[in-house]
Amino acid sequence: MTLIPHLPHSVGVGYKPQHLDDILADAGSVKWLEIHAENYMSAGGPPIAQLKRLAEQFPISCHGVGLSIGGERPLDKEHLARLKHLISWLKPASFSEHLAWSTHEGGYLNDLLPVPYNMETVQRVADHVNEVQETLGVQMLLENPSVYVAFTTSTMDEITFINEVVSRTGCGLLLDVNNVFISGTNQEYAPEDYIANFPVEHIGELHLGGHIKDQDEHGAPLLIDSHNDKVVDPVWALLDTLLKRAGPKPILVEWDNDIPDWAILEAEAARASKALEATS
Amino acid sequence: MSQSDFSKALLDNERPTPEGLIDPQGRPAGKRFDVYRNNVVLSLSDALSDAYPVVQKLVGEKFFQAMAGIFVRQHPPKSPILSQFAPEFPDFLAAFPPVAKLTYLPDVARLEKARTEAYHAADVDPIDGAALAALTPEQMAEAKLHLHPSLHIISSPFPVFAIWRQNSDAPDTAIPKHGQDVLIARPQDMVEMRTLPPGAADFLRALAAGRRLGETIEFCEKIPLFDLTENIGGLFESNLLIKIES
Repeated sequence: MTLIPHLPHSVGVGYKPQHLDDILADAGSVKWLEIHAENYMSAGGPPIAQLKRLAEQFPISCHGVGLSIGGERPLDKEHLARLKHLISWLKPASFSEHLAWSTHEGGYLNDLLPVPYNMETVQRVADHVNEVQETLGVQMLLENPSVYVAFTTSTMDEITFINEVVSRTGCGLLLDVNNVFISGTNQEYAPEDYIANFPVEHIGELHLGGHIKDQDEHGAPLLIDSHNDKVVDPVWALLDTLLKRAGPKPILVEWDNDIPDWAILEAEAARASKALEATS
Repeated sequence: MSQSDFSKALLDNERPTPEGLIDPQGRPAGKRFDVYRNNVVLSLSDALSDAYPVVQKLVGEKFFQAMAGIFVRQHPPKSPILSQFAPEFPDFLAAFPPVAKLTYLPDVARLEKARTEAYHAADVDPIDGAALAALTPEQMAEAKLHLHPSLHIISSPFPVFAIWRQNSDAPDTAIPKHGQDVLIARPQDMVEMRTLPPGAADFLRALAAGRRLGETIEFCEKIPLFDLTENIGGLFESNLLIKIES
């Protein structure tokens, strides 16, 4: 049985346990929830019990952060087995992972690290995506990263890279609009051009989130993906442009650090909901 | 540049930025690479302080963060499941010279590690006392008692439970001068902790190791001040019994 992504064309948020009571009392504009798969891989305990309860009321998006799909190493078979187990009982509406790597021979680095965009990496990422899809029985969504550095070994732009992976795997895409703004600023390309050229027909989910503004040693702007604040206006504008091009999509608001009260997060979701209504 | 080179430089600020990483103008990536360095060390340091909040309170946040920076570079997580991160931390503390004077610190860390493991352990419903009461004395002696998978026992020469409580949920806790055996378990939703009476740690460890109740009692009754009734009662009060194999 293959899981085809089927999140509703409405707004979800990244689930944080401190919001459990608020969500159960009145989720407001929030119609679905996204969880980080790696937080629900224990033998048991309250987090898993909470998730089972939430899954009875809300569609759940299962978002992996530790598979290291861009890794030079083979995928971790034990981790794939844990994901398979989670997906089998949770029956999420979607499974997504990142175009990034996070594991090396010394261990897990807990960050989403960049890959050079060339044919060698296309093949490796495509092989890994195919292995994930075959092992888990899912059509996965692959998320565009936020990047801070470029590689001298890159030979193509990010969208060309993503198109190559999609054509080799049939995977869907998770477009993180905040990441487009971050990477565009950091790599000095226009985020609007990226949105205009993105293969929107493969989008299964959109992400929005906050970031930090910094500068590099030459005084050039350096945006850092931090998920610790509200979504900035230029990212909302990119979302509008994207929705106009692509039509309604499932939209997720991510807020993973300095987590605010529920009312503040819900207000962000309400704003995304309005943007969505304007297109449908 | 391989990912191995990239990751070595991530975990070692003395190493130069790996070759082949550039900014959009083609200049070496410098501070841009440092974003990844910071993300890795800070996110793992935060995960460490989430797992060991009382150790952090005891040494202070600033010291803890500096120590975490050393620890996470030496012991990155073995897997992406961060609730299982840093099982080596108590032993690291025991061998870390700057905290050598805080002799109780590794045992406080062991207590916190046990709490995390209990929290994420398998969920199994405990059974009540009727099943044991129904056995004949002979059956009882031969029975093996299966204890809850969340059960941990920390035996320390320090008053480790009192230190933990004073620095978490009960600041008024008096610190006794003797060591403590601490039971940590999560039979239902909450992690429960209590100090154990004399001999109880041996009693529970013998049962957990699969020894029969009869031989466990025989062994424990040689321990001064061991009270069998209290210990059997404790199994049920703490909801520790999940199965009787007779």
